[in-house]
Amino acid sequence: MTIHQISVFLENRAGQLAEITGLLSENHIDLRALNIAETADYGVLRIIVDQPEAAASLLLSNGVILSMTPVVAVSVPDRPGGLAEVLHFISEAGIDVEYMYSVFGNSAGKAYMIFRVADAKKLVEVLKSHGIAPATGEELGIH
Amino acid sequence: MEQRYYQKEIECASREQILAWQNERLVRQVKNVWDNVPYYRKKMEEKGLTPADIKGLEDLYKLPFLTKNDLREAYPYGLLARPLKDCVRIQSTSGTTGKRVIAFYTQHDLDLWEDCCARAIVAAGGSNEDVCHVSYGYGLFTGGPGLNGGSHKVGCLTLPMSSGNTDRQLQFMVDLGSTILCCTPSYAAYLAESAAERGIRDQLKLRAGIFGAEAWSEQMRHEIEKGLGIKAYDIYGLTEISGPGVSFECSEQTGMHINEDHFIAEVIDPNTGEVLPEGEKGELVFTSITKEAFPLLRYRTRDICVLSRKPCSCGRTHVKMSRPMGRSDDMLIIKGVNVFPSQIETVLLEQGYPVNYQIIVDRVNNSDTLEVQVEMSPEMFSDQLSQVAEQEKQLVNALKAMLGIYAKVRLVAPKSIQRSEGKAVRLIDKRKI
Repeated sequence: MTIHQISVFLENRAGQLAEITGLLSENHIDLRALNIAETADYGVLRIIVDQPEAAASLLLSNGVILSMTPVVAVSVPDRPGGLAEVLHFISEAGIDVEYMYSVFGNSAGKAYMIFRVADAKKLVEVLKSHGIAPATGEELGIH
Repeated sequence: MEQRYYQKEIECASREQILAWQNERLVRQVKNVWDNVPYYRKKMEEKGLTPADIKGLEDLYKLPFLTKNDLREAYPYGLLARPLKDCVRIQSTSGTTGKRVIAFYTQHDLDLWEDCCARAIVAAGGSNEDVCHVSYGYGLFTGGPGLNGGSHKVGCLTLPMSSGNTDRQLQFMVDLGSTILCCTPSYAAYLAESAAERGIRDQLKLRAGIFGAEAWSEQMRHEIEKGLGIKAYDIYGLTEISGPGVSFECSEQTGMHINEDHFIAEVIDPNTGEVLPEGEKGELVFTSITKEAFPLLRYRTRDICVLSRKPCSCGRTHVKMSRPMGRSDDMLIIKGVNVFPSQIETVLLEQGYPVNYQIIVDRVNNSDTLEVQVEMSPEMFSDQLSQVAEQEKQLVNALKAMLGIYAKVRLVAPKSIQRSEGKAVRLIDKRKI
């Protein structure tokens, strides 16, 4: 129950991000979630899009360095303490979260979080054992 | 491994014998040059020297240097020591900058050059049982003619393939069972790749390769050896001194034996011209003591290397030179340390980075800075910053170990380092000193 995140190498110079989002926009690819991690010299852009395969081949053909990373999308109750509850289950199970970020918008009182962990399968099992189903691609509008 | 030699009595002569040859031949050669090469005689006169001042090796350091510039100035006949009617051949360098360099040969000169190449082939295990596949270019370039002549002397069946036409190269290799391959290391790597693509790797009978004429690394040697199922031997030479075979590798693969009965090698400080003691890194200088037509005295090669007289397990007694580590003309002095772009290139290759890099030297607050820009490759990339940072750290440490100074590494987007039509612009020195 994982979805594809596209991870992109960003050189630290003006316009790099605009170029990549511009390419996606021209090809009618919709961003569902976005996160950037950076050092002084470079960064990693992590995105969830509605058409992962089309977006990856588009970026590759434009000379962008990227990798496809399996991540887990979790629906979190959109109320105070909602995320803390989920994180508690994860920490209890001894799962180390590499990084996480949120998906744009929410629906029916649910907010979505993207989790990157070493063992995605284990995370899915832990969540299920607490009655939390990982979000499917369709729920997030991914084709 | 049983050792065989082409000219055992010379290759394994005692050090005393080698020095005796060098002393006698040097004195004779200086006299010959003085009498027949006005260009060099003038240089000696400017230093107040006459042949009487050169009584042996101990006086060699007094002689003026020759550089590529002298060869250009004296082009085409200014350094010729024999009448043209005694000459039978010319060879020429690729001439990447300015005028080409032309070297002349008498029949005697060709013979000694081919002997040197024959020594290299036998050191690589060659004999008259071998099929020697020569894929160096033939023509003005010395690679093809040199190894071709050496192969004849050894008695190998010689395939004068020249370079290019990879399909035909591989076809001949399979059909005629080539056992020794002579070419540039980059072409050997390409042939290995092409043989694998065509699925004919198992049909090759190659067992040794003699590769030279360009810089290569130990890693490249391993790749070629694995790819072709051979042992790969290095060979070194330059047109000005004769061609390939000035020095060659033996089974020990720890440096190339210089043919000291023909060439005297010195290592000098490229800045001061001072002769350095054995084991120190500096510019290689050659004096040809047996050549007739084009005898260069103290020719500065611009190649940076180290000499070693440690006894060699192969039994040869001639001095060994390391593989050239760079060129003195592109040597950088950063924080007082000598740095060669080729050292940086070696590290990048060893660490698996693409060899698209740029070196930026600057001076900030009166202190030199060195930055190496490397293009990111898909293999190195990870969605986790910590892993990319770890790779970067490894590269920084490897550069520090090689260069002795800290170099900042900057990872840049693929294809962002400018490509040029000819030779790549690898170095930008922004220092204003």
